Amino acid sequence: MEHITLLIGIVIVTALVFDFTNGFHDTANAMATTISTGALKPKVAVGMSAVLNLVGAFLSIEVAKTISSGIIDESAGVRPEVIFAGLVGAVIWNLLTWLAGLPSSSSHALMGGLIGATVASVGMGAVNGGVVVMKVLIPALTAPLVAGIAATLSTRLTYRVARNADEQQTFKGYRAGQITSAALVSLAHGTNDAQKTMGVITLALVTGGALAPGSDPPVWVIASAGIAIALGTYLGGWRIIRTMGKGITDIQPPQGFAAQTSAAATILASSHIGFSLSTTHVCSGAVMGAGLGRKGGVVRWSTAGRMVVGWGLTLPAAGLVAAGSALLAGQGDWGVATVAVLALVICLGIWARSRREPVDHTNVNDDSVFDEPSPGAALPEPEPAGVVTTAMRSVAPPPAGAAQSGEAETAATQEALAAVDGAPEQPPAAVRAAETGAETPQRAGSAPLLP
Amino acid sequence: MHIDWGALGEVFGVSLLATVVLVGLFTVGIVGGSTRRADGSVHTPARVGAYACYALCAGAVAFGIWLIAA
Repeated sequence: MEHITLLIGIVIVTALVFDFTNGFHDTANAMATTISTGALKPKVAVGMSAVLNLVGAFLSIEVAKTISSGIIDESAGVRPEVIFAGLVGAVIWNLLTWLAGLPSSSSHALMGGLIGATVASVGMGAVNGGVVVMKVLIPALTAPLVAGIAATLSTRLTYRVARNADEQQTFKGYRAGQITSAALVSLAHGTNDAQKTMGVITLALVTGGALAPGSDPPVWVIASAGIAIALGTYLGGWRIIRTMGKGITDIQPPQGFAAQTSAAATILASSHIGFSLSTTHVCSGAVMGAGLGRKGGVVRWSTAGRMVVGWGLTLPAAGLVAAGSALLAGQGDWGVATVAVLALVICLGIWARSRREPVDHTNVNDDSVFDEPSPGAALPEPEPAGVVTTAMRSVAPPPAGAAQSGEAETAATQEALAAVDGAPEQPPAAVRAAETGAETPQRAGSAPLLP
Repeated sequence: MHIDWGALGEVFGVSLLATVVLVGLFTVGIVGGSTRRADGSVHTPARVGAYACYALCAGAVAFGIWLIAA
């Protein structure tokens, strides 16, 4: 009994860590446009979103009966190790996408993790392929479209109606509208996403025999899930906020209002009608739509494309990490301990990497990284070029814009070649930048050309 | 494999309609609320219309909160 309790404890802690990453991953959904248009100061915005997430967690006690929405056959008996491995996969993928500044769905990460862990420990038979298509693929394709079209049309409408109005006069109005719709998104997020964690913890308690099957989550579970998601929200995933608020398109107050309203309406309609769409996909689509709706608005499709690639990778990537964790954790107590230690090391490593180029409330609205080609600002090469880091690199939003950085690299190569011919005493700036690690693996291959 | 196209269509329709109507109403409210007569005095009918628009939007927000809590 002793080690079961410890295992359940580990699952609960991991679930709360997932809840925390979920909170700070999704701050951007509610607050990115509010922050980038200046409707609220960054710290005020995340504070408000955190409080509303906490309130949202307590608003509804209707527990998600199935944590995986029917994708895996839970009746076959879900062992705590499998839940643990699934959570580890979801947490690690959430942190990697955060490091890359990519908005990606936390629910998809959780589903992917649980699927991967189940396949690794039980087999393919326990996964319901049809439900994967219905609950993951179709919503992922349609959510940005639905919210995007609504945002485009309403952006056009609001610009048309207010075309003769004074910008100074309307700013206050748009500000109030943005704050209200962002508040609704935060509240809905707290209710939906905190409940997933409550469901996971409750399931773990039931499997461990601490709770009777079918019981409601105890108050401490509701409170801790709410607090974890609120804390995560308050710390704010500033990298993702910057991508969402500045990276996709330049958002003006009317666009921010239209995007947030479309996001709030789509999220509420979908969860009420029972065709649940991912908050992240809805909000990203709404921002793109608002970018298209304004005359002269430009959507950075390279950033948007990378986001979509990231959405596609979320399920398999979280699943792979979880499958590996499940195989290891299935070896017994030492396996579980190894997975826990490894996960902790990876999380700390990702955090340490993020400190090299911190993004916080002071530079969250700095959009120069999306515009100016400056090789020095490129992401430094991570040391371990494993499968996951490579995948992450391939989807990271281009700090200097994909096409521009490509040109910059070509220019740098030419300059480097010229340097070989001229054999100067001092290496040119581009080579120095390359030496600091701002080069691609291909360029690394051409390094021996240098004297 | 069963794909619930009906629910999807419903989500699409409701989201589109709600967004366009609310954004439209709110913008009319903003424009109405900031309308002044040529001499700078408050245009009362426009102001009343603006408040009516805001009230409808507030109703929609209340409905939204009710949906979240229910």
